[in-house]
Amino acid sequence: MTPTGAIALEITNLRKRYGQKVAVDDLSLRVNEGEIFGILGPNGAGKTTTVECAEGLRHPDGGTVRVFGVDPYRDRGEARQLIGVQLQESQLPDKITVAEAINLYASFYPRHADTEALLTRLGLTEKRDTRYRKLSGGQKQRLSIALALVGSPRLVVFDELTTGLDPAARRESWRMVKELRDDGVTVLLVTHYADEAERLCDRVALIQSGRVVASGRPDELIDRSNASHATLDDAIVALTTGEAS
Amino acid sequence: MTAIAAEPARVPPGSKHSDRKNRDSQRSAFRNLVTTEAKLLVREIVPLLWGIGFPMALLSIMGGFSHGPDKSLGGFSLVAAYEPILIAFTCATFALQGLPTVLAGYRERGILRRLNATPVGAGRLLGAQLTVNLSVTLIATVGILIVGDAAFGVPLPHQPAGFIVALLLTAAAMLTLGLLVASVARSGRVAAAVGTMIFLPLMFFAGLWTPQATMPAALRRVGDDTPLGAAVAALQHSMAGQWPPASGLAILAGYTVAFGLLGWRLFRWE
Repeated sequence: MTPTGAIALEITNLRKRYGQKVAVDDLSLRVNEGEIFGILGPNGAGKTTTVECAEGLRHPDGGTVRVFGVDPYRDRGEARQLIGVQLQESQLPDKITVAEAINLYASFYPRHADTEALLTRLGLTEKRDTRYRKLSGGQKQRLSIALALVGSPRLVVFDELTTGLDPAARRESWRMVKELRDDGVTVLLVTHYADEAERLCDRVALIQSGRVVASGRPDELIDRSNASHATLDDAIVALTTGEAS
Repeated sequence: MTAIAAEPARVPPGSKHSDRKNRDSQRSAFRNLVTTEAKLLVREIVPLLWGIGFPMALLSIMGGFSHGPDKSLGGFSLVAAYEPILIAFTCATFALQGLPTVLAGYRERGILRRLNATPVGAGRLLGAQLTVNLSVTLIATVGILIVGDAAFGVPLPHQPAGFIVALLLTAAAMLTLGLLVASVARSGRVAAAVGTMIFLPLMFFAGLWTPQATMPAALRRVGDDTPLGAAVAALQHSMAGQWPPASGLAILAGYTVAFGLLGWRLFRWE
């Protein structure tokens, strides 16, 4: 891990509401280049909306978002070459094969990765001619990771990367995230698993009701909540509910 | 381990070189989207059977029963009267049953959203779907014309330019209507149901069950103002050697603009 000092993602005073419901309320955070940054929080806290603004999929009602200095909503084309995404609940057509999908997505990016090497890295080489519908849950997940990486992004956003995976597949995903960081890619990890964040993340932001309620290194958060708390999970409960467990 | 990490962009963004490279890349992305969507359509098989196989089978049956010009069919033989109806059938099938089902299904499954997170964007997928469906419609139409001519003696359109205009306007009106269906349907399943519900009355006025010449006058007048009623009349005129009536072409163009604008306004990516 060698942070270069550049800022991969800077969100300042972000606001986003859907009708009456305020999803993100004056949220600010900064992700440094080269780190694994975790966005943690309960369901409905505004995690996904926040990263969707970073991905340029949503237009903020207020505040600014910059991905390596680029506005992802206004300069879509440029920002989307910098950022790779794995979205929650996004699928592919049933009858597309693994190789067709990865080559199609590669063609979207001027500086794309070597697709064969990527399939090898994600253990999908043997499945290259298999149709999407015939893949297992874990294989579908690995393919969506491959599609997130195929454009050689500098920032990768994983939204609920390991939800629904078995323990072995989770560990495999964690290993891959660490390798990405070792390659110099910045990773933004949206999760509601504290153990995952504690294991992987250099820094985390804890989001509740559309605001950052705490941020820092996982061990800092643990210290800050209460010295008797042993894990980040306990710290999160303490920081979001005010309860000591 | 193969490095898949990003290399920093060597070309400064916004420079002429990178602009051209981006444009080239976008063009090749669109080509790949069209190829992929075409492959996926062929793999579905059912739409092709329905959109190409069924009209061909009907053409053969009509050809078998056809006994020369028939006064009650406006002087056309049975098979000649049905050819424009079958062409309208093909246009409507791909546009109303194929296109909206696929697009609404893509939206439902987050595929459009995912594409919008790439530099290419889901708008190009929309373009690719329109291109693929228009292409298969044109291929099927050429097939119907050739088989009708070679096997059943229905001459090729005597007014080819008028025929092409009528055909393209028919396809455009149906494809924009399909886009509108895709805009309002929440899922692929709903889109398929809505598409079929619209398809049936449109094909009624096209004359699938009773050709226009045999319809009561009042019904025919109503039919003339429907998209496929106007389409069949325009195609029929141009096949017989006349320029299609301007009113019919104007009706088709009007529907295209109305469906297109409404569909575009209402379309949601997620």
